[in-house]
Amino acid sequence: MCLGIPGEVIQISLDGVLMGTVDFGGVRKDVCLAYVPDVALGDYVIVHVGFAITIVHREEAQRTLDVLRAMGDAVEAELGQPLPPRTAAP
Amino acid sequence: MRYLDEYRDPQLARVLLDELHRTATRPWSLMEICGGQTHTIVRQGIDELLPVGVRMIHGPGCPVCVTPLETLDRAMAIAERPDTVLTSFGDMLRVPGSGTDLLALKARGADVRVVYSPMDAVSLAVANPGKQVVFLAVGFETTAPANAMAVLRAAALGLPNFSMLVSHVLVPPAMMALLDSPDCQVQGFLAAGHVCTVMGWTEYEPIAARYRLPIVVTGFEPLDLLEGILMVVRQLEAGRFQVENQYVRAVRRTGNTSAQEAIRTVFRVTDRAWRGIGTIPSSGLALAERYAEFDAARRFEVTSLSAVEHPECVAGEILIGVKLPTDCSEYGTRCTPTTPLGAPMVSSEGTCAAFHNAGRRRTDTILGDTR
Ligand code: SF4
Repeated sequence: MCLGIPGEVIQISLDGVLMGTVDFGGVRKDVCLAYVPDVALGDYVIVHVGFAITIVHREEAQRTLDVLRAMGDAVEAELGQPLPPRTAAP
Repeated sequence: MRYLDEYRDPQLARVLLDELHRTATRPWSLMEICGGQTHTIVRQGIDELLPVGVRMIHGPGCPVCVTPLETLDRAMAIAERPDTVLTSFGDMLRVPGSGTDLLALKARGADVRVVYSPMDAVSLAVANPGKQVVFLAVGFETTAPANAMAVLRAAALGLPNFSMLVSHVLVPPAMMALLDSPDCQVQGFLAAGHVCTVMGWTEYEPIAARYRLPIVVTGFEPLDLLEGILMVVRQLEAGRFQVENQYVRAVRRTGNTSAQEAIRTVFRVTDRAWRGIGTIPSSGLALAERYAEFDAARRFEVTSLSAVEHPECVAGEILIGVKLPTDCSEYGTRCTPTTPLGAPMVSSEGTCAAFHNAGRRRTDTILGDTR
């Protein structure tokens, strides 16, 4: 649960709290954005247990995802499903 | 060189390693705290690439592993109540309690559900007004903001059927407890990058000064770890003891202040028992008095808890770095990731599971010389 995973913010909504949809190289999840109030569509964020805790650069996020693909078991424990292979990413 | 071609940039890894071999003139013992970092170090064989005498001690940074048995037994007692849904992160389900685990309870009919986020537990409570929804909240400073927000949300919605069994732990007091122990061999720390993303590193500055040892905030990728190790060794060789930041891309000195604010609002600092280690003063978070109505331990009285560890499990000594998993008589034989006897074999962040997943055998490693 401590493994932060970077993903791209593809939708932002206000539902009592600032929420959004984050794309983790093909896996999409609802994520709370309340702790990154300045976030914009297209930003990359590091997500822990459904919460974005910081904004990171796009290239950093991409290369971190590549490293995480090699750590399949840990990612699956975090996201509930594996990251798809890179070619399948949109 | 083992695994080096798996690095994102093998050439940069080579440069860092060469520099490390040039820099280290004496033996040094470093501890990485974060279980995610342990996973990477063992999987990539980073500990086997270090200069002779430089060794990594794998610290207690696996929240699943340090959650006390008593909390697990309490969660299971709550899960067995009628009209109750017990929710938690997936890796808590197979952690052995005194008698059984949550997954086995679920198979016997208890309503135990895995959630991705504590907010999902709040949504479950909204959707099931006739049921009590309890979230087992464990973790370090990384998950505390999420759990804090779930409580704030439940309070805003006035949810009468949501509560939390809180067993949060904090890193800096655990570091000090380790350093105060007479067996401690740690001379420098890699601080957990994502904990610092939330908390920043100001808390580590007095620790570095008081114990005169370097602390480097480090990310969890292989190259991050190599660089973090190099930064600690450079300081040790130069006799410096500062807090430095290797994980510049995600960590600022003050951390995420709005997340810290939520933690301060919802939780209070308390003494906390760490599984295998014992009680460490001011090392945990519990719900603040203002939010005590959401405390599952108060809402559901559970009596007659008597926690018993598996007798052969040496998890405690592994968590403080005086033993390796391969020193355990049960490692890889009766204790495996599919049949865990102790918590460090359950979670992928646990040291025993990290060793097992990397195929380390009992004969491969001897304590004090891991190459
Ligand atoms: S190998 Fe299993 S029994 Fe031995 S210390 Fe690790 S978790 Fe405990």
